[in-house]
Amino acid sequence: MDHTLPGLAADSRAELVRAWSDPPTLKGWICTLDHKAIGRRFVVTALLFFFAGGVLGGLMRHQLSAPGKTLIGPDLYNQVFTMHGTAMMFLFAVPVMQGVALYLVPLMIGTRNTAFPRMSACSYWIYLIGGLTLFAGFASGTGADAGWFAYVPLAGPQYGLGKRSDFWNVLVNFTEAMGLMIAVDLATTTLKMRAPGMSLLRMPLFAWATLVSSIMIIFAMPTVMLGANLVQFDRMAGTHFFNPAEGGDVLLWQHMFWYFGHPEVYFIFVPALGMISAIIPTFARRPMFGHRAIVLSLISTGFLSFGLWVHHMYATNVPELGKSFFTAMSFMIAIPSAVQLFCWIATIAGGRLVPKSPMLFIVGFFATLMIGGLTGIMLGAVPLDLQVTDTYFVVAHLHYVLIGGALFPLFGAVYYWFPKVYGRMLDERLAQWHFWLLAIGFNLTFFPLHVLGLHGMPRRIYTYTADTGWGTLNFVSWVGAMIEDASMFVFVLNIVRALWKGRPAGSDPWGAPTLEWATSSPPAHYNFERIPVVASREPLWSPPAEGPRYVTGLSTRLREGLVTTVLDALPDVRYLYPRPSPWPIVAGFTVALWLIWSIFSNKGMLIGLIPPTIAFIAWYWPTPEETGAELEVEKRP
Amino acid sequence: MSDALAAAGPQAAWIARLWWISLWLCAGVFVGVMAALAWALWRSHRAAAARQAAPMRSSRALGMFVGGATLLSSALLVGLLEVSVLTDRALARLPQRDALAIRVTAHQWWWEMVYEDPRADHVFATANELVIPVGRAVVVTLEADDVIHSFWVPNLHGKKDLIPGRTTTIAFRADRPGRFTGRCAEFCGLQHAFMAYDVVALPPDRYAAWARHELAPPPEPQGADAMRGRELFLTGSCMLCHAVQGTSAQGRRGPDLTHFASRSHIGAGSTANMPQALSAWIEDPQKLKPGANMPSHFLPPADLAALVAYLETLT
Repeated sequence: MDHTLPGLAADSRAELVRAWSDPPTLKGWICTLDHKAIGRRFVVTALLFFFAGGVLGGLMRHQLSAPGKTLIGPDLYNQVFTMHGTAMMFLFAVPVMQGVALYLVPLMIGTRNTAFPRMSACSYWIYLIGGLTLFAGFASGTGADAGWFAYVPLAGPQYGLGKRSDFWNVLVNFTEAMGLMIAVDLATTTLKMRAPGMSLLRMPLFAWATLVSSIMIIFAMPTVMLGANLVQFDRMAGTHFFNPAEGGDVLLWQHMFWYFGHPEVYFIFVPALGMISAIIPTFARRPMFGHRAIVLSLISTGFLSFGLWVHHMYATNVPELGKSFFTAMSFMIAIPSAVQLFCWIATIAGGRLVPKSPMLFIVGFFATLMIGGLTGIMLGAVPLDLQVTDTYFVVAHLHYVLIGGALFPLFGAVYYWFPKVYGRMLDERLAQWHFWLLAIGFNLTFFPLHVLGLHGMPRRIYTYTADTGWGTLNFVSWVGAMIEDASMFVFVLNIVRALWKGRPAGSDPWGAPTLEWATSSPPAHYNFERIPVVASREPLWSPPAEGPRYVTGLSTRLREGLVTTVLDALPDVRYLYPRPSPWPIVAGFTVALWLIWSIFSNKGMLIGLIPPTIAFIAWYWPTPEETGAELEVEKRP
Repeated sequence: MSDALAAAGPQAAWIARLWWISLWLCAGVFVGVMAALAWALWRSHRAAAARQAAPMRSSRALGMFVGGATLLSSALLVGLLEVSVLTDRALARLPQRDALAIRVTAHQWWWEMVYEDPRADHVFATANELVIPVGRAVVVTLEADDVIHSFWVPNLHGKKDLIPGRTTTIAFRADRPGRFTGRCAEFCGLQHAFMAYDVVALPPDRYAAWARHELAPPPEPQGADAMRGRELFLTGSCMLCHAVQGTSAQGRRGPDLTHFASRSHIGAGSTANMPQALSAWIEDPQKLKPGANMPSHFLPPADLAALVAYLETLT
C-alpha cells in the first residue's frame, strides 16, 4: 500500500532537502539534530550495553553453575552483579525505550522533529560518556560493588571503600540528566507537536505510552538523583545524612531509591505496552478494541506506580499497618495491566490474524509477562514477600517481568519497525529461530530460580556449598543462559544480513494504520514532505474524507513546523526548529567532564561547573542568522 | 536444610498456606488467560482464512469479555488481599507468653547470639548457632553492628532486616525438633555468601540441658597438647578477638568460642567443623572465606596442632 501524500513541486522539495540536511562532514554527523539519527544512536548504544550486561549475567550463571566454583572471587562477583543490574536498568532499559520513542514519536504524530532536538542531541553524549565511565571504572578494578540499589551503609563512606560507589553515584547523575532531558523533549513533543486534527484521543497508543512514561520519569528521577548526591555528600564532604550514629537514617536511602526504583520498572514497561498496542492492530487487521480503556489504563498505571515502593521494604521495620496499604496498591496496579491484556485479546479475537514475526514476540510476551505479573502479585502480599524477598525467587520474578514485559515487546518492535528505519525487511525464518531459542533459553534459565528461592538460596552470593542441594537447578539455569546467548547471535545475524541484502521494504510493508508508514523507508530528514492532517485514530486506514489532507503555507526554505493545541491539536503557532550547532555537544561533553571530575575531587565539583556554564550560555546565545530567519517568516496580520 | 514450604512452626506454616492458595489461584488465572489468548488467535486465524470482512460486528461480545474478565480479576485480587491481610494478622498473633528472649547482632560476616535473662549470671553468648526449645515462642531482638543484614530461617519464618541504628524484632516458634539453616538475606559485602547459622530445635528438656551446659565454662583441657594450645590461645593474638568463658580471653570482635567444639560449622557456614578444616581455617581464613576479618596465622605445625587440640576440647 502507498499512502504517501501528494508530493511537493521539485523546487520546493529541493529547498526542503537543503533546509533539513546536515553538512556531509564529521561535524555535520556529530552535530545532527535529526531525531531519527539521535534515536538510532540511543538504540544501538543501548543494545551494546545490553550485550555487555548480558555477558556479565552469563558470567554469573557460569560461576554458580556448580557449588564451590572459583572462576570469580567474591570481590569481582560483587562488581559483576552490580554492573549487570546497573547496565541493564540505567544504560539499557530506560535509554532504549527513550531512543525508540525519540525515533518513532515525531513520525507517528506527523511532525518534522522533536520539540527540543538540541536537548536530545546533548543528552546522547552525556549518556554515552556516563556509561563508558562506569565501565572504565569496572575495567580498572574500581567497579561499583554495592548492588544496583546501592544500599547505605554498604555504599556509604565507612563501608564503601575506594572510589567504587562514587562511580555509581555519579553514573546516576549522568543517566538521570540524560533521561530527564529526553523525557521533557518527548512529553512536549507529544503534547504540542501533533499533526493538526490529531486530538489526544486520536493520538497513537505508543505516543500515549511515551507521554505517560516521560511524565513518570520527570517525577521519579529527581528523587534518586537527590539521594545519590546525598550519599556523595556523605562520602566526599563528611555529611551524615545516612549515618545513624549522628542522627542520620539508613532507611531514608531505601525510601528515596525505591520511590524512583519502582516507577522505573513501569517506565520501562509502559513504553513496551505502547509497542504492543501499536503492533497488535496491524496484525489483527482491525482498530484496537477499547482504545480509550487502554489510554486510561496507561495513565492509571503511571499514577499507581508511585504508590508501591514500600513493597521493596517489607522486611524492614516500617509500620505493619502501612504495609497492608502497599499490598493493596501492589494488587491494584495489576488491574490496568489486566485491562490491557484483555483488550489485546479482544482485538485479536475480533480481527483477522496476519501471522508475522512481531506477533510471535507478542505471544511470547503474553506467556512470560503473565508469569512475572502473577509472581509479582505474590510478592505484593507481605507474608509471602517476607519468605521470598532477597532470594532467587525475586531474581526469577524480575527477569520474567523485564524480559517478558519489556524485552519480548522490544524485539517485536525491532522486527516491526526495522523496515521503516533501514528500508529493508528482516528475515522471517531467522526471526523464528531467534524467538524459539530465546523463549526456551529464557524459561530454562529463569524458571528453576523460583524453586531455588523457596529452597533458601539468597540473591547476590558468589558461591555456595554442595550440601545446599542447589547445584542441579543452577546448572539447568546455566544451560538456559547459553541457549539465550545463541538466540542473541541469531538476532544480530538477522540484522547484519538484512542490512546487507534484506528485501526492500517500501513505505508500508505491513499495511499499518499509523502515520510513520505514510512516508518513505527510511524517512527523509524532514520526515514528511507535507505535514498531514488527521481525522481518525487510524489515519492510514481512514484518511480525512473531506477537508484538507495536508498543511500548506509552511516555509520550505527554513526548518519550520507547526505547534498545535494540547487537547484538540488545532493549529496554534508556527515554530522554527533550531539549527544544528556544536554547542549542545560541547555542553554534553563539559557536563560529562564535570561529573567525572566530581568523582575524584570536591574542587572539581565547583570548578568543573564553569565550562558547562559557558557552553550552555553559548548554546542559547541568539545568532544573526537565526534572528534573520525568524524575521523572514514573520507575517503581520 | 532450608525449605520455606517445609514449615517447622506456625509462622512458616501460615505463609506456606498463603503460598499454596496464591499459587493455585495464579495458576488458574494463567491457564485462563492463555486459553483466552489461544481462542482469540484461533478465531482470528480462522477469520483470516475465511476472508471475513466484518470483524467489528462482535464488539458487544468483546466488550462483555473485557468487562467480565476485569471484574473477575478485581474480585480475585480483593479475595487474595483479604487472605494476605488475615495471614498477616495470624502472624502477628503468635502467643508470646513465657517467650525465650535472644538478642542477635549481625556482624560482617557472622552472627552473635546472646541468650538474655533478668539474672545477669544466666546470660550466655554463642555464635552462628541458634538453639531453641520446641513448643515455646522465641522473640529475637535484632541489631546490626555495621551494615544491613537480614535474619532468615525459611523453615520457621520470613525475613527481618537488621538495620544499623534501628532495633527490630522477630517472633517465631518451632513445633518439631530439627536442624535448620538460617542465612543472611540482605547483601552485606564480600562474604554475604557465607553468613549462615545453624538453627537447632530441641525438645524442652534437652534444651534446658543444653542451656545449663552453655552457661558453664568449658571443661579443663586434658593432655599436654591441649594444655599448650590453651597457653598459645591466651598468650597469642586469638584472645584479642575471641572469648572463652572461664579464661582470661574476653575479646568481643569475633565469635565467642566457649563451646566452639559443639558447633557444626566454622566460618559461618563456610565448612563443616572438623579438626583438619579447623587447622586450615586458622592458618589462612582468607583461602576459605576471602575478605573475612580474621587474619592469617602461619604458625609452626606443632603450635597449630596444639591450638586445634585445645579448641576441640571446648565442648
